[in-house]
Amino acid sequence: MRHVIPVLVVVAALLTVWYAGAVWMNSAWTLDQAAREGRELTVIDIVNDTMMQERPKLPAPHQVGTELWKTVVGTRVSSKRSLVWHGWITLSATAVGFAIGTGAGMALAAGIVHSRAMDLSVMPWAVASQTIPILAIAPMVIVVLASVGVTGLLPKAVIAGWLSFFPVVVGMVKGLRAPDPIQMDQMKTWNASRAQVFWKLRLPASMPYLFASLKVSVAAALVGTIVGELPAGATSGLGARLLSGSYYGQTVQIWAALFAAAILAAALVAIVALIERIVLGRMGMAR
Amino acid sequence: MIWLLAALIFWAGATWAAVRLANGPAAATKAGRLAVAALFGAVILVLWEGIVRGLAVSPVILPPPSAIALRFAGALPTLWGDFVQTILKGALSGWAIGCTAAVLTAIAIDRSDFLKRGLLPVGNFMAALPIVGIAPILVMWFGFDWQSKAAVVVVMVFFPVLVNMVAGLAATDRMQRDLMATYSASYAQALWTLRLPAALPFLFNGLKIASTLALIGAIVAEFFGSPTRGMGFRISTEVGRLGLDMVWAEIWVAALAGSGFYGLLALVERRLTFWHPAQRARG
Repeated sequence: MRHVIPVLVVVAALLTVWYAGAVWMNSAWTLDQAAREGRELTVIDIVNDTMMQERPKLPAPHQVGTELWKTVVGTRVSSKRSLVWHGWITLSATAVGFAIGTGAGMALAAGIVHSRAMDLSVMPWAVASQTIPILAIAPMVIVVLASVGVTGLLPKAVIAGWLSFFPVVVGMVKGLRAPDPIQMDQMKTWNASRAQVFWKLRLPASMPYLFASLKVSVAAALVGTIVGELPAGATSGLGARLLSGSYYGQTVQIWAALFAAAILAAALVAIVALIERIVLGRMGMAR
Repeated sequence: MIWLLAALIFWAGATWAAVRLANGPAAATKAGRLAVAALFGAVILVLWEGIVRGLAVSPVILPPPSAIALRFAGALPTLWGDFVQTILKGALSGWAIGCTAAVLTAIAIDRSDFLKRGLLPVGNFMAALPIVGIAPILVMWFGFDWQSKAAVVVVMVFFPVLVNMVAGLAATDRMQRDLMATYSASYAQALWTLRLPAALPFLFNGLKIASTLALIGAIVAEFFGSPTRGMGFRISTEVGRLGLDMVWAEIWVAALAGSGFYGLLALVERRLTFWHPAQRARG
């Protein structure tokens, strides 16, 4: 609880800066309009106008809030103007990709831990690949998959899965190797098979590491999906919302989509954190 | 079919060699480990080439590595121009500004416990957000040229570096700070001689994360509008023209730049934090 007040103060400060920025950045347009019509403006007029322009350079927070409210609550969910609908498109691709990436990552990690050859050959590439801006291939994946007839949710899910794959591999390998030599020796004393060691010692021991990577990879999967929605042709999803907003200068729409994406990211990370608390709690590993 | 068969035979042979190497005494040496990793890389390339040629995959879907290498060699001036535009101008300048700002902010808020408690959760929250999304906004504000890309990069790298730097500044323990107090060191002296060096391992962790983010930010921001050069611009236009060999050549540039940047940082880190256990252990 001792964090609540400082956080609120910081958020309030950010909002103040935002409002000041809105006045400062939007006033040029206001002054320009007034000069053309030969009107004199008081400071209050300027401030008032900067708060409610149609296409402001920087929308004021309440404008974004109103737009968010209008497109989330005030529009039918099935409508193409509804952010819930766009958010759902993005979320479903993220979830599928996250599932693919996490499953494949855990499988590869299990292979790496059990095969020395795989460890030496795959692991350096898995680590090195994290330094590469993989996101750059997103548009290509979309177009190539579209040219072989795969469209819709799957191409975006592939990108999301690819991005969430490597954090899981690296974290999971670390986790599966986490048991102490003493514990491994104990298993050996009990004459446990490799499968038994895996299911009864390695896998449970890897859970804290797995969840730490899952939190990173779910956020990465969302970023991947949003970028996957950018290439021309996508008409649905938060990424497409960002792009169409930038084409038509609909700044309020961009900001609303951005906040929707932020809320979605925060919610996904929070869900993973909640599952982490429940699982680790039941396993007696809660910190 | 010859191509496919040859690739499969190479795969089998390389797997056999890798297993022999990995389970033999060579795995203990650095050269042996490198050889196994290099074999895996070679298998991927050979399989790729063999499958594409053997099954006559259209170059519009997946060009073979040899075609990409040819294209890479043939288009060097263009690739260099894109590299300068995106990496040197966009990513690097943004990275430098963003990291400097984050470090200075961290030092500034470090003195106030209240600010730290307020900013850290916000910073952690921001670090997990899809910040690339602000690219269209910043492109609108700063124009199509590299300045807007640098701005995107600044925002993207700021929070991860800030969070790491604040953690780093808190990394000294009571005994060390007490020693500084015993020497009657001023705040600046303690900062410079004790706390900044102690923060370096954390800082480099943040800088490395930021280096990848910087490349991503600079490339993705170009999808929202750019002058007629730059890696993101080239990728999106060549994808539209189905010139996939050029796209792959750009991806190679991105991969080389990304791992080179990261390697350089790791090298500097080893020089500056030679005293840290993680570096000493490597010998």
